[in-house]
Amino acid sequence: MIEGAKWRRWVYFYIPLSVFIFWLLFPFYWMLVTSVRPDRELYRPWMAPNYTPFWTAHPTLEHVTDLLTQTLFIRWMLNTLFIASVSTVISLFCGLLAGYALSRLKFPFAGSLGTGIFITYLVPQTLLFIPLADIIRNFRLGDTPWALILTYPTFLIPFCTWLLMGYFKAIPRELEECARIDGATRWKAMVYIVFPIAVPGILSAGIFAFTLSWNEFIYALVFLSSAEEKTVSVGVTSELVRGDVFYWGQLMAGALLGSVPVAFIYSFFVEYYVAGLTGSVKG
Amino acid sequence: MAISDVVTQRAFVRAPQRGATTRLLEDERWLAAALLLPTIVLLGLFIAYPFAEGVWLSVTDARVGVPGTFVGLANFEALWDDSIFGTAVWNTFVYTAVATVFKLALGLWLALLLNRNFRGKAFTRAFILLPFIIPTVLSTFAWKWMFDPTFSVINWTLFQFGLIHSRINWLGDPALALISVIIVNVWRGVPFYAISLLAGLQTINPELEEAAAIDGARPWQRFWHVTWPLLLPVTMVVVLFSVIQTFADFQLVYVLTGGGPANATQLFATYAYQIGIGTGLLSQGAAISLAMFPFLLIIVVVQLLYIRRVEVH
Repeated sequence: MIEGAKWRRWVYFYIPLSVFIFWLLFPFYWMLVTSVRPDRELYRPWMAPNYTPFWTAHPTLEHVTDLLTQTLFIRWMLNTLFIASVSTVISLFCGLLAGYALSRLKFPFAGSLGTGIFITYLVPQTLLFIPLADIIRNFRLGDTPWALILTYPTFLIPFCTWLLMGYFKAIPRELEECARIDGATRWKAMVYIVFPIAVPGILSAGIFAFTLSWNEFIYALVFLSSAEEKTVSVGVTSELVRGDVFYWGQLMAGALLGSVPVAFIYSFFVEYYVAGLTGSVKG
Repeated sequence: MAISDVVTQRAFVRAPQRGATTRLLEDERWLAAALLLPTIVLLGLFIAYPFAEGVWLSVTDARVGVPGTFVGLANFEALWDDSIFGTAVWNTFVYTAVATVFKLALGLWLALLLNRNFRGKAFTRAFILLPFIIPTVLSTFAWKWMFDPTFSVINWTLFQFGLIHSRINWLGDPALALISVIIVNVWRGVPFYAISLLAGLQTINPELEEAAAIDGARPWQRFWHVTWPLLLPVTMVVVLFSVIQTFADFQLVYVLTGGGPANATQLFATYAYQIGIGTGLLSQGAAISLAMFPFLLIIVVVQLLYIRRVEVH
């Protein structure tokens, strides 16, 4: 703790922490206020004498109902949910198997394969989106959810593999050896002994992968074109801005509602999420 | 009789029958191959193949729907003479360097604050991560709205405190646009640094600091000579990941400014998008995003070498 007078605690601890919290959370408060603010208050210049920035006297749900009834917002949410769930499951499946192989089995090129997967982990999406768009077109996947379901694992698998390798390494080999002495095959020992112990790791990897695919933007922007197929991020960006007109009330309502699923999952699994985040960094 | 019967019978009980696949999977090498197959297929199809395709596109004159012919390094020569590309390269470096320094400094500060014991610590930690987990595009819209010159709450606040007298055009002024974009990037990145570094701090034995305190080290000395060297390996890995993401950033700039005004916030990725997807010049666009690769490679190699050196010490 901080030694010395009380004012030191305020200067070195409470005030900086409060400023941080205010700065990090204010945009979310601003989203909330904007989404319930009626248009006539929304488009009042900040120079106007009756500008009331931090609250509204006449809260309205008009923007939210417009968003839900007059746009394809619900459709976008379902699209995103479907794409994020399926690509998470695929990535977890691949990551589990690959992570086990790389951390437990001896085989030629094990080291270089591990390095190869680590390097793909570092490849940003923006490096490959143009040739990928071409390939997606050639595979006739353009404008379908499968364009994203099959490409999201490219950045999720390396991460899941890396994270799960850490968990597998921590499980003692003796457990598996016991099972094999009792007659279990390697496959059974892996599925029934090692995987159940790694459940916390699987949860962390899964939650992190789900939020990453929910947040992905550039692939969704480039590979999808029709309004019905879009994900939340792309739909809000391209369909709620018509020409040069920004529908700010609907935009903020969309931003708020589009964040709810991620925030919801996150709130239940904070510890797993943090474990995934820090595990992904430490490896 | 009974006893010998039982003994002989037991002796000839056969091992359970196993199929050919099961026997094959008992061999470590075959099992490894089977386990790695799905990963290798997916990564091969959607990472290795696009990479090769990207290299090929960048040496042709392909457009959308037109296959294109081999033109050698013409695309890269064109980029070399392209002043917008030069601006984009410069902007990307400034953006990455400035944002990383601020994210590291503020993130470390926040991590040190959160490493103390206080009421509501778990709660605070959970809320602080929000900017990082909420879809970037969506939270960036909130910033775009806050930066709006006519309706800006930031301008109103600064005006009320008497700090400004006329409106500030945060995103429309070429001199300010890059700064505004960096502010949003720092806002989004600080939680990631703080939580990762906090995890690093929690692995450091508090007795080390206490020992230094007993020896008379001031708080600042304790941080600089005890905590910081122990935190360095984690810090370097966090910086490595963050630098790559920042260098290749797209969505933030796409939403806030689209690369404008007058290319003042144009980055590698936004320029590649504008040329490759916006105007359909696939080959040019591929060349631009591929030009990112050598820079990224250098950054990664330098940092990995440095991490290895730090870890050896």
